[in-house]
Amino acid sequence: MVGEEGEVGVSARGEILRRIRNANGGASDETAAVAGWNGIARAYKRVGLRGRDETLHLLEDRLRDYDATVSRCSEGEVAAVVARRLLERGKRRIVVPVGLKPEWLPAGFEFVTDEGLSAKELDGVDGVLTGSTVAIAETGSVVLQDVAGQGRRAVTLVPDYHLCVVRVADVVETVPEAFERLRATEGLATTFFSGPSATADIEMTRIKGVHGPRFLDVVLVD
Amino acid sequence: MFITCYNDTLFPETGMAVVRVLERLGHTVEFPAGQTCCGQMHYNTGYQAEALPLMERFVAQFKDAEAVVVPSSSCVAMMREHYPKMARGTGKAQLIAEVDALLLRVFEFSEFLTKRLGLEDVGAYYPHRVTYHASCHGLRNLGLGDGPLRLLKAVRGIDLVELEGVEQCCGFGGTFAVKNAEVSSAMLAEKTTAVLNTRAEACTACDNSCLMHIQGALHRQRTGVSTVHLAEILAGDEGGR
Amino acid sequence: MINPGGRLAGAVCALCARRPMSEVPDMGHPAPGLVAAMSGTALDPKTAPAFPIAAQAAMQDTQLRKNVRHATEVIRTKRARVVGEMPDWQELREAGKQIRQHTMEHLDFYLEQFEANCTKAGGVVHWAADADEARRIVIGLVKASGSDEVIKIKSMTTEEIQLNAGLKAAGIHAYETDLAELIIQLGQDRPSHIVVPALHKNRQQIREIFRREMNLPELGERPQDLADAARRFLREKFLRVKTGVSGANFLIAETGGVCIVESEGNGRMCLTLPETLITVAGIDKVLPRFEDLEVMLQLLPRSATGERMNPYNSIWNGVHAGDGPKTFHVVLMDNARTSVLADEEGRQTLNCIRCAACLNACPVYRQTGGHAYGSVYAGPIGAILTPQLQQMHHAQSLPYASSLCGACYEVCPVKINIPEVLIHLRSKVVEQKGMFDVEAAAMRAAAVVFRSERRFRAAQRLARAAESPLVGKDGWIGWLPGMLGGWTKVRDLKEIPKESFREWWEKRGRSE
Repeated sequence: MVGEEGEVGVSARGEILRRIRNANGGASDETAAVAGWNGIARAYKRVGLRGRDETLHLLEDRLRDYDATVSRCSEGEVAAVVARRLLERGKRRIVVPVGLKPEWLPAGFEFVTDEGLSAKELDGVDGVLTGSTVAIAETGSVVLQDVAGQGRRAVTLVPDYHLCVVRVADVVETVPEAFERLRATEGLATTFFSGPSATADIEMTRIKGVHGPRFLDVVLVD
Repeated sequence: MFITCYNDTLFPETGMAVVRVLERLGHTVEFPAGQTCCGQMHYNTGYQAEALPLMERFVAQFKDAEAVVVPSSSCVAMMREHYPKMARGTGKAQLIAEVDALLLRVFEFSEFLTKRLGLEDVGAYYPHRVTYHASCHGLRNLGLGDGPLRLLKAVRGIDLVELEGVEQCCGFGGTFAVKNAEVSSAMLAEKTTAVLNTRAEACTACDNSCLMHIQGALHRQRTGVSTVHLAEILAGDEGGR
Repeated sequence: MINPGGRLAGAVCALCARRPMSEVPDMGHPAPGLVAAMSGTALDPKTAPAFPIAAQAAMQDTQLRKNVRHATEVIRTKRARVVGEMPDWQELREAGKQIRQHTMEHLDFYLEQFEANCTKAGGVVHWAADADEARRIVIGLVKASGSDEVIKIKSMTTEEIQLNAGLKAAGIHAYETDLAELIIQLGQDRPSHIVVPALHKNRQQIREIFRREMNLPELGERPQDLADAARRFLREKFLRVKTGVSGANFLIAETGGVCIVESEGNGRMCLTLPETLITVAGIDKVLPRFEDLEVMLQLLPRSATGERMNPYNSIWNGVHAGDGPKTFHVVLMDNARTSVLADEEGRQTLNCIRCAACLNACPVYRQTGGHAYGSVYAGPIGAILTPQLQQMHHAQSLPYASSLCGACYEVCPVKINIPEVLIHLRSKVVEQKGMFDVEAAAMRAAAVVFRSERRFRAAQRLARAAESPLVGKDGWIGWLPGMLGGWTKVRDLKEIPKESFREWWEKRGRSE
C-alpha cells in the first residue's frame, strides 16, 4: 500500500509546491522566511501589568468562573487539602502519574500509579491527581505536559474528576508569558485546560462536562 | 458639494438642506454642474471597469475644491475604500496623485461638521421625536462613531430616542435588495420593527439609500413614520421647517 | 437609451440611479424538489441551488430562524464581552493578520519544514492535490490500521471532502464525536455553522433525534440530559475504536506539531486513545512557529465561542512514546487552495482561522442560517471561500449574498476584508457573464449616462416620465415589474421629485 500510494503522494507534493511557488512568484527559503517572520508587528501585550497577588486572585476568579473550586495553601498543607477535597467529592480510588510528589498524597485513600493503565482501567478510577507546568491567570488555563507528576494525556482525560496542584511560582498573567515558559519544552505533548470539559452546542447554553473530566478542583500552592 | 446622483434625482431636499446649513455657518457652497455619480453601484456590483471613468470624472470636477462635502456615507466610503486602488490600477501617476490629494478633502456631511469644523451645535431647531440609524458605511468604513448623535443632541427641541440594534444593517445593500429580495426584506422588517418600537415620528441617518429602503417599508405598512436625512434636521430653524 | 430589452423598468432604474436595478442573474441550479434537497444530502456547491432560492426556502422555517437568531445573539454578546476586556485586541488582530499573511507568502517553505519536523517526530506526512486523493489516502490508511470504524473529531475539512460518505462506501463506519456533529449525523442533517454545526436545532429537536437514534424513550430535554446521553453513547466508542480521524486548527512548521482547539474533550479522546490517528488538514492551516500560537490562542477562542479560552487545547508532535497513538498520519490537502493563493485579491481568504465570528455577526446569516449557502462553509467567509474553492465554476451567487454592511470585517480576528473580496469576486462573476447579459447591458448603459452631464440630465427627465404610469395618487409606487418586483413586495417607492437638486440650484442662481 505504501509504495502504490507513495507514488501518488509524491506527485501531489511536487504539484502542490509548484502551484504555491507559481502563486507566490517564486520559491521561499529559510533566510527569507526568518526575515519576514522577524518583521511581524507584535504590539500586543506580552507581559502582564498586574502585581503578584492581583494575578493570583485573577486566576482564582477565572477558575471559579469555570465552575472549578480553588484552594490556596502552603507546600506542607497540600496532602491535607487533597484529603479534604477527595472527602468532599466522595472519591477514594485515584490515579496518579509517575513522579508525583509522594508528600502530596494523604493517607486513607487508594492511589494507583499509572504505569500504562488501559483506557478501560482509567475509566474505572474515581479521579486523577496531578501537578502542572504553567497556569495563565488572564484565561484561567492550566497547562499540562508529559513530565513527572503530570503524566500522559489519557490520565487527565478519562477519569471523571481532576484534582490539579498549581504552584504559585508557575502562575503567569498572560498567554504570551505562558508560551515564553513553554518554549523550552515545546516538543512535549501539551494540553491546556480551562475549567472542566464543557459544551455550548445546545442552544449555546454552557453545559459542564461532556467527555473530559466533569469536575475540577485546583490547589494553589505557595 | 457633491450631491451624488441619487440625492440629486430623488432627494433634492437633502442637498438644499446641506446648502442651508453650510451657508448659515458662513461657508460658500459651490456646485460643479458636471458632477454625476461616484461609481459605487457599478463597483460594488462587479463592474469595476465601468466605475473608472466615473472616478476620473469626479476628480476632474472637484480637484480644485477646498473641501468636498457629500451627504451620503456610502458614496464617501466608496471613494475612500476603492478610489486609491482604482487609480493605482491605471498606472497613471498624475491620477494617483490627484486622487490621493483630493480624498483628504472629501468629507461626509456630518463628518465635515464634527471633524473638519469641530462643531456639534449648528444652531438647528427641530421639535420632533427622532431616532437615528447608523448606516453601515458611515459606521464601519468612515468611523463616524457618535458624531451624528452629538450633532443631533445639540439640536434644540429634538426628542432623540435610541434605536435598538442601531448598528444592524437595514438590508439595502444596493443591488442586494433586488438580487436577494427575500433576505433583504427580512432584515428590513427587523429594522422597521425597531423604528416603530421607539415611537419616533421620524428615523434619520447619514445616507438616503438606507432611508429610502426603510421609508419604503414604513410607507407600505401605513405607519405614518417618516424618514429624514440628518442634513434636513440640522437645517431646521424656528423660522422654517 | 439604455433600455436594451425595451423594458420600462430597466430604463427607470438605470436612469434615476435607483441602485437595485439589476436582474437576478441565473446562477446555480434551482433544483426540483427544493425542500427535499434542503435536508439529508451533503452540502455540495456543485449541485446546491443558488443562494436567493435556497435562502427563500430556508426562511420559511420559522423555527430554524428563531434558533439561529437566538444562538448567534448569544455568541455575539459573549464575544463582545470578552473582546471588550482586551485593551490590545486591535494589536492582536494586526499580529494575527501579519502572521497569516507572512505564512502564505512562504507557504512552500513552511509546509516542507512542517513535513520534515513531523516526520522527524515520528509522523507520516501525505500530500493530496484534491478531495478525491485525500479521501483515497484516508481510506487506505484506515484499512491499513486494521479497523472498519473510526472515531472522528469535528472537522470542516473532512466535511468539505465528504469524507464520511467516502468511508461508508469503503465499508468503514465513522462515529462523529463532537456533540453538534453527533446531532447532525444521527439526524441525517447537515452542518449549518463552522463552530456550532447544529446551531439550527433547539433542545426539543435534539431530544427527538437522540430518543430515536439512541433508543432512549425517557430522555429529558434539559441540555444537561442531552449532553449526558451523548457522554454515555460515545464513551464505549472512545474506549473501543482503534482509529481516529481529525482535522487540525494549526500545524506548526517549526516543531512539526499539530494543535487542536475544542471544548468537550471528545477531541482529546480521539487523538489520545486510538492506536492510529489520521489528521486531515488544508495546506492553509500551517503556522511558522510554536510561539505564534500565543496570538492565535487569544484570537480564536474569544472570537469563536466568546470564551477567554476554550476548555481544551492539545498540541502534539508526531508520536510520543507511551503517550497517545503509536501511528500518526497527516494528510496535507490542497483542493484548490493554491488557486485561491494565486489570486492577489482573493488570497487573504486563506488567512481564515475558522472562528465563525463573521457568521454570528452577519445580518444575512442571521436570517437564513447556514444551509442556504450550499456549502459546509456558510456565512460571509463561506460566501468568499466556497466560490474560490470551486474556482468560480459553481456558487457564483454567493458573492452577492451580502449587503456589504462590513460587520464581518469588523469582527474578523485576522482582519480579512470580506466585503473587498466579495466585490472582487463579483467582478469575476461579471466577467463570466459576457456582453449579452441584461444586467451587464444595463450597467454599461448607466455608466454611459453618468459619463456626461447632458445625458444624465436627460436621463433624470426621462426617468420621471417613464415612471409616471406606475405612480399612485399619493405619490408612491407600490408595484414594479419583473425582477424589480422584489423591491415592491414589501416596500413602496416614492416618486421622483418634479425638480432635481441641480434644477433647483440653477434656478436659485438665476434669481440671486
